[in-house]
Amino acid sequence: MKILVPVKRVVDYNVKIKVKSDNSGVDLENVKMSMNPFDEIAIEEAVRLKEKKLCDEIIVISIGSSTSEETLRTALAIGADKGILVETNQEVQPLEVAKILKEIIKKNNPDLVLMGKQAIDDDSNQTGQMLSALLGWAQGTFASKIEIKGKEIDVTREIDGGLETLNMKLPAIVTTDLRLNEPRYASLPNIMKAKQKPIEKIKPEDLNIEIKERLKTLEVTEPPKKEAGIKVESVQELISKLHEKEKII
Amino acid sequence: MSVLVLIEHDNKNIKSSSLNTITAAKKIDKSVHAVVLGENCSNVAEQLSKCEDLEEILISDDAIFKNHIAENVSTVIVELSKKYSHILAPSSTFGKNIMPRVAALLDVAQISDIISVQNDNTFIRPIYAGNANLKVQSNDNKKIITVRTTNFEATKINNGKAKITKIEKKENTELSKFVKNELNKSDRPELTSAGIIISGGRGMESGKNFTLLEEIADKLKAAVGASRAAVDAGFVPNDYQVGQTGKVVAPELYIAVGISGAIQHLAGMKDSKIIVAINKDEEAPIFQVADYGIVGDLFKILPELSKEIDKIKT
Repeated sequence: MKILVPVKRVVDYNVKIKVKSDNSGVDLENVKMSMNPFDEIAIEEAVRLKEKKLCDEIIVISIGSSTSEETLRTALAIGADKGILVETNQEVQPLEVAKILKEIIKKNNPDLVLMGKQAIDDDSNQTGQMLSALLGWAQGTFASKIEIKGKEIDVTREIDGGLETLNMKLPAIVTTDLRLNEPRYASLPNIMKAKQKPIEKIKPEDLNIEIKERLKTLEVTEPPKKEAGIKVESVQELISKLHEKEKII
Repeated sequence: MSVLVLIEHDNKNIKSSSLNTITAAKKIDKSVHAVVLGENCSNVAEQLSKCEDLEEILISDDAIFKNHIAENVSTVIVELSKKYSHILAPSSTFGKNIMPRVAALLDVAQISDIISVQNDNTFIRPIYAGNANLKVQSNDNKKIITVRTTNFEATKINNGKAKITKIEKKENTELSKFVKNELNKSDRPELTSAGIIISGGRGMESGKNFTLLEEIADKLKAAVGASRAAVDAGFVPNDYQVGQTGKVVAPELYIAVGISGAIQHLAGMKDSKIIVAINKDEEAPIFQVADYGIVGDLFKILPELSKEIDKIKT
């Protein structure tokens, strides 16, 4: 079985971002970048399937500027076999990402695509669903458990109110939620080994994809700040505030 | 052209998220229709027909829609889309699962998680865990939108007389089959519609200690939530999670217990009307958004809180 894992380079989840003073976007100068945490979970799951001998090749792909190669190297160090970098300096929105991935999939024929449910920069939560629609494949979103059963896969999904298990035909798209696994850290020998693994570089034009700006950014602003309130000294004081002043309990 | 709302329901009742979504739709155009896809779900359509904000309700009652399988639901929405300029669904796991699929099949972008309607093509949505707001204009001929329900009031179900139209549309793609559901049974309100929420973080130390929160929740008719740290530590199931990667809530009162206030948690609760923080670390970032804070040991404070609530409730 061949597994494809798309990964995105995003602002590290610990960074408190700043809006640019001209409101044109978020300031990404000199900010720590990392692999999107949900994509790390996707790679970890693929590597675990490989360790169980359920998968023989893991291909990772990233779309973005040349610096995304770093993110691919991280994925290769965790255990992926080869990387593909679709190089562009343009902003690529989810539908175009899905179209690029579709072309890559047509060339590489994976049996399963494992990918993060959302990127923590634009918080769109769209690409996996869009990709499965374009391919006419089954989709298992927000997965907390997967089980491969021959030509089928059982996906347990995190839904509002609990869990839902679906059985789907392969090939399929599975998007990862937090509880699927806990990603490992790449070991130093594996980081060294990853430097030797192949990364193929292409451009969106090579796939005949034109990147469109479907959603135009008019303005990025800081959300209104909430003012810090007061500290109360006792539970009695808290209750009297909530009961008598706010009339909320 | 009218606006269509895809209704979230459990085949018996409307989910409250749909009522907020109808309000968002109404801000785009005065003509709003709703579509109900499910099995034995006529009761849902009847409830909706009393909504004054709706003109028409389309219903397709078929076993293939019972579990809202995205592959089957999305093909129907695409067929219906010809008559509509905008299609909206709540940004719950239901809407998030289905709508991007609809958008891709129509070759248009999706505008995720809108918090404001500026006009029929311009919307505001949060990015970076709510640390920035993006005003975005859609250049597509059709707009596929998911709605952050906490930012829109719920429409009222009262004296409306919307017409109910049966549609015979279905296509079983047979790509996915429903196996089972494991829904958490609780008499407490759902997180996303609760008026009061009490949430626990890593400071709770164990899943067992959440009974301290549950006891207070039951007295206040509150829902119980958790931070991602508490979920990651295995104290409680994931659907308790409030935050960027969990649920976004905006109750009247949010009580954060033993939660430090990581960016990703604040993203899910900072729009709550009144925020109370209980934490032993007076430097914890949660105090920066709290209206009322108590610094102290939660294992001493919670039992006291429970007793004081009893006093005002009697």
